[in-house]
Amino acid sequence: MAGNRFQLTFEIAKVHLLSKPKQTIIAMLGVTFGIAMFIALVGLMTGLNDFTEDITMTSAPDIHIYKDITKPRQSILQQIYPNDMVWVYHQKPKNELTKVRNAKKIIELIRKNELVRGVAPALSSQVFCNYGPVQLNGYILGVDIMEEDKLFGIKSKMKEGRIEELLANREGIIMGKGLAQKLDTKKGDRVVITTPEGYTMTLKIVGIFQMGIGVIDNVRCYANIGTVQTILQQDPSYITDINIKLTDRHLAKKIAAELEAKFDTKAEDWETANATFLTGVIIRNIITYAVSVTLLIVAGFGIYNILNMTIYNKMKDIAILKAMGFAGGDVKSIFMIQSLIIGVIGAMAGLLIGYGLSVLISKTPFNGGDIISLDHFPVNFDLKFYMIGVVFGVITTAVAGYMPSRKASKIDPIEILRGQ
Amino acid sequence: MEVLVTRQINKYFYEPEKFQVLKEINLTVNRGEFLSLVGKSGCGKSTLMYVLSTMDTDYEGQLEIAGQKLTGKKQDELSAFRNEHIGFVFQFHYLLPEFTVLQNVMMPALKQSKYAREDIRDKAMHRLKTLGVEEHAHKPSNKLSGGQQQRVAIARALINDPDIIMCDEPTGNLDTYNTHLVFDIFRQLTSESNQTIITVTHDDEFASKTDRIVQMSDGRVVV
Repeated sequence: MAGNRFQLTFEIAKVHLLSKPKQTIIAMLGVTFGIAMFIALVGLMTGLNDFTEDITMTSAPDIHIYKDITKPRQSILQQIYPNDMVWVYHQKPKNELTKVRNAKKIIELIRKNELVRGVAPALSSQVFCNYGPVQLNGYILGVDIMEEDKLFGIKSKMKEGRIEELLANREGIIMGKGLAQKLDTKKGDRVVITTPEGYTMTLKIVGIFQMGIGVIDNVRCYANIGTVQTILQQDPSYITDINIKLTDRHLAKKIAAELEAKFDTKAEDWETANATFLTGVIIRNIITYAVSVTLLIVAGFGIYNILNMTIYNKMKDIAILKAMGFAGGDVKSIFMIQSLIIGVIGAMAGLLIGYGLSVLISKTPFNGGDIISLDHFPVNFDLKFYMIGVVFGVITTAVAGYMPSRKASKIDPIEILRGQ
Repeated sequence: MEVLVTRQINKYFYEPEKFQVLKEINLTVNRGEFLSLVGKSGCGKSTLMYVLSTMDTDYEGQLEIAGQKLTGKKQDELSAFRNEHIGFVFQFHYLLPEFTVLQNVMMPALKQSKYAREDIRDKAMHRLKTLGVEEHAHKPSNKLSGGQQQRVAIARALINDPDIIMCDEPTGNLDTYNTHLVFDIFRQLTSESNQTIITVTHDDEFASKTDRIVQMSDGRVVV
């Protein structure tokens, strides 16, 4: 008949809660508020994180292979006298080509790796883009556009024109939307490209793309590899970058190190390339959790106070319950049940309100400006956070309720029964 | 047949200084006895009652109720024992104010959970009826008068058919009419149902009508 006994303690707890509805509701609101804020905050923060991570990651390679000309090199003296004390101060950088040696061979080898989803060669250069009197800094990328599309999904980013038009047009160029707007050019216009070495070429805009990130859309242009090799006046084996996408992005660090050792060239993984961005994510997460936990702890203090007050008011009742045969544990469970009911109902209401807030936030118009193309807040509705919210809420109320409940279980009935 | 036996019970208070409040109490109570504990205030009669009630375990000596030795038992065992074998009536009724009269009476039996809820309910209604308060069964307990509340408290004390009912000044808060009423109920319980009742009182008239008077003075049983 243990069930019956639990039913009795549960009933007593329920009557206690219902006899002071205002107090009960206030205690619940504390939990509700804490959890609602947690859900809304976490949803917005992780939503923003995921969104920025997503657009950063789709437009960036998992591993980027290039020649690092800033790498410190040995001086000739050191090479000749390797065992002697030689100091060379302020060594001038050597005039080196930023070419990746044996790029074709490397690409072939990398493609054989089954962890690799795609490899695309590219060569890039700073350029000036002229259209009429306007002259702007740009960054031209010579690519195999079909390979590039496999890696970065250029097709879906096209605002005007199609990527196939680049294949058909040797003197074509696909321009970032920001750059095109600044130059005031449209599809079909011709722009003059000037390299730092002074070579000039006129290219026709066959398409306009938008990645959604200002730093890319405002400078980048795509052209065929051959075209860029021509304007850089380099031979057809000249490749400056190899971009790799993996099946699992998180393996990048390990594979990059392997490639670096194997091909004796710089291979940078996305985590290293985006270190500042990832630090930002971590800090945002810490702030979100800190604020939410604080809110829940405040709610916990509310419950602690209210239960303490209830127990103080119910001293006589507790004494009489003990006299009629309720054990200390029964009294404890009466009050624990009260705090858990407050916790569970408060938490559920918190989830609902938190969900409502999240929906409202996700519908709020927000202008990302030039930096990111965003028209409303991205919100994460991951079920995981709702679970964390409930678990946190219930644990807080259980802890807050435990201390007063234990005090109630220790009340000595004689002191109260004979004191009056 | 004896229902309660104490052997050499001594008890001390330690605050503000050590003081012996009960001295060598040897008491035997028989089944069906209506016993009153009397004496001046501070003589230890209430203290003795709470030792007998098993709620106070800080004493020396031995306590036995209904053939069971209770000295040295754990709190939880004593709670269960009280639930089954002892009913309480206090001066200030001590009904649970948020519950109805019927719920109050049913509570010890629900706690015992030996019988089905419906049976307990019927039994509680029957008790309320014999005590003349059945028409108030569904009212909140704090809406009743003092005399009515005390009758409800008696019904609650009786619900588990205890071996002993212990009362601390059961009429201390009642007018003459209700005092007589409560006395008559107790009288009837002891004579007709062979119920044992131990009551602390300082109402000499009330005490004089009981079967046996235990007079206490300075922590000793005098008569």
